[in-house]
Amino acid sequence: MNHWLAAPILLPLLGGILQIFMSFAPLGLRRVLGLATTTLILVISLGLVLLADDGSYRIYAFGNWAPPFGIVLVLDRLSAIMVFITAFLALFCHIYSIRGTDAVGRHFHALFLFQIMGLNIAFLTGDLFNLFVAFEVLLIASYGLLMHGGGSVRSIPGLHYVVLNLVGSALFLIGVGMLYSVTGTLNMADLALAVRDVDPNDLPLVESGGMILLVVFALKAAILPLCFWLPQAYAAATAPVAALFAVMTKVGIYAIVRVYSLIFGAEGGPVANLGMDWLFPLSLLTIAMGVLGAVGADGLRKLVAWQVIISVGTLMAAISLGTAPATSAALFYLVHTTWITAGLFLVADLIARQRGTAEDRIVTAPRMRSRTLLSILFLLGTTAAAGLPPLSGFFAKVLILESVNTGVSMAWVWGVIIVGSFMTVVAFSRAGSIVFWRNVEGHVKDPGRLTLPVTVSTSVLIGMSLAIVAFAGPITEYTDAAARQLHTPSMYIEILQTPMVGEEVTQ
Amino acid sequence: MEIMFALVIGALTASGVYLILRARSFPVVVGLTMLSYAVNLFLFSTGRLATGAAPIIGHVENYTDPLPQALVLTAIVIGFAMTAFVVVLALRAHADAGDDHVDGRIDYEEPKQEETSSEEVK
Repeated sequence: MNHWLAAPILLPLLGGILQIFMSFAPLGLRRVLGLATTTLILVISLGLVLLADDGSYRIYAFGNWAPPFGIVLVLDRLSAIMVFITAFLALFCHIYSIRGTDAVGRHFHALFLFQIMGLNIAFLTGDLFNLFVAFEVLLIASYGLLMHGGGSVRSIPGLHYVVLNLVGSALFLIGVGMLYSVTGTLNMADLALAVRDVDPNDLPLVESGGMILLVVFALKAAILPLCFWLPQAYAAATAPVAALFAVMTKVGIYAIVRVYSLIFGAEGGPVANLGMDWLFPLSLLTIAMGVLGAVGADGLRKLVAWQVIISVGTLMAAISLGTAPATSAALFYLVHTTWITAGLFLVADLIARQRGTAEDRIVTAPRMRSRTLLSILFLLGTTAAAGLPPLSGFFAKVLILESVNTGVSMAWVWGVIIVGSFMTVVAFSRAGSIVFWRNVEGHVKDPGRLTLPVTVSTSVLIGMSLAIVAFAGPITEYTDAAARQLHTPSMYIEILQTPMVGEEVTQ
Repeated sequence: MEIMFALVIGALTASGVYLILRARSFPVVVGLTMLSYAVNLFLFSTGRLATGAAPIIGHVENYTDPLPQALVLTAIVIGFAMTAFVVVLALRAHADAGDDHVDGRIDYEEPKQEETSSEEVK
């Protein structure tokens, strides 16, 4: 039992409730409290990363009910790094939002904190049904955030997003129900044990349940046939929200990694490596689709949104290989891509604000006031995202390419990722050269001045590309260890034996 | 009883899917509701169907699994909240777009961004 595991959930919950009660308090006070909460979450998540780095599993059982009957939170390296990525991203998106996004509607801070809470539950939970609840919590907050600011530009893509996710939730429950009807448990560790010696007559039910879950997670992660909702929704959201949503697709990827390494992993007996042979070609097609979308995008936001889809495809291609080095490379890429795409969303917004009615569309427009700074940020961000040396994207992609075993899969992965990266460079350089170089004389009236918070938050997120390169050694060590941990699920299953509080005394 | 139950779930799912594919916001909302009813019944059946059995172990001879009932209860609460939200959103989309088609209008074009103007008002 470690009570700190509940902190990343309780803090945003309490902070969010406070924000609801204070919705008529002065904006300055709400901002200070909101930012203080996000900062605290970041501090605690850093603590959790250090805590998890010894490689043991820590659990927190709600109400001291022992697993598999009670709901548990489980902390391992993967959960810790996901919580940290989210907290770091959330802090800088939150700082960016005080340029005025939070003043458009009354409940921005509350929704923002509830969003973090939902994400943290999803990353920490060790129970499949609790994962469903976490998805609902983060989704309902994301509906609110997506619609924040109002207008038909948001309500139509928002409606698509909500309806799709409601259908996804229904499928999730069907999948969970199928697994429960055969195994009689929903605790992930217990499920991993139960599926190994399932009755052959019941095997089709388990398999179809697992595949339905894969469809749901693929919808959240935006893998090919289920990715078309993403560009419009993300391009319509306000900048800090779109930047925070860079981690939303990663929740789907996290769920796939967790469930399909633990329950349907290599040690899964009759259901070992379920669905991975489907995921591999689909992820490569996702990259191709993302690249096509990026080349054809008519605005910077859409371009970055398609970049999210490319990164999802790259991540899934590595994960579906199912080896520890590939998983480690994918985790490294995940850290890089989450922060960089978020930073690019912010840069696109800053650019849009200085171009008047041209906004973020890739057309000739009056020159921007802060063209030098913005062009440097755009150059750094796109270089990192496309995977050119010397920034983090290059190292992440090299790690992924190196982790592929020789053979047909190597030919496919190398071919698709390298050609895809080249086309991404083409898309970004086309957009950048038109936006920054093909200008008409004069400036637009509204300068869209760069204030300190927006400059700092954008620069930090983009600058993380350099930091990741500088700390590539420690990060790789951590992701290697996390991947090893993921590929030995027997250790995860031992959490079932963890004694509850007071149990040592009675025995 | 099993066949009856399965038929009900199947009919609800089929109608739900059909209505969701109608591409008008009101049928879509009704379809989502039907789908969630079907899912709730399905979840309920995962504990096996039994009549006259209490969900308590140890006090009665025949007992039934209490967990699916707890799951269904959670799913109903969440489904209710989501339905309420999607109704409001559908009304808002109708008001914004002037049409109840899920794409706004049949000849849907992307409206211009409105964020800057709304912030200036503030």
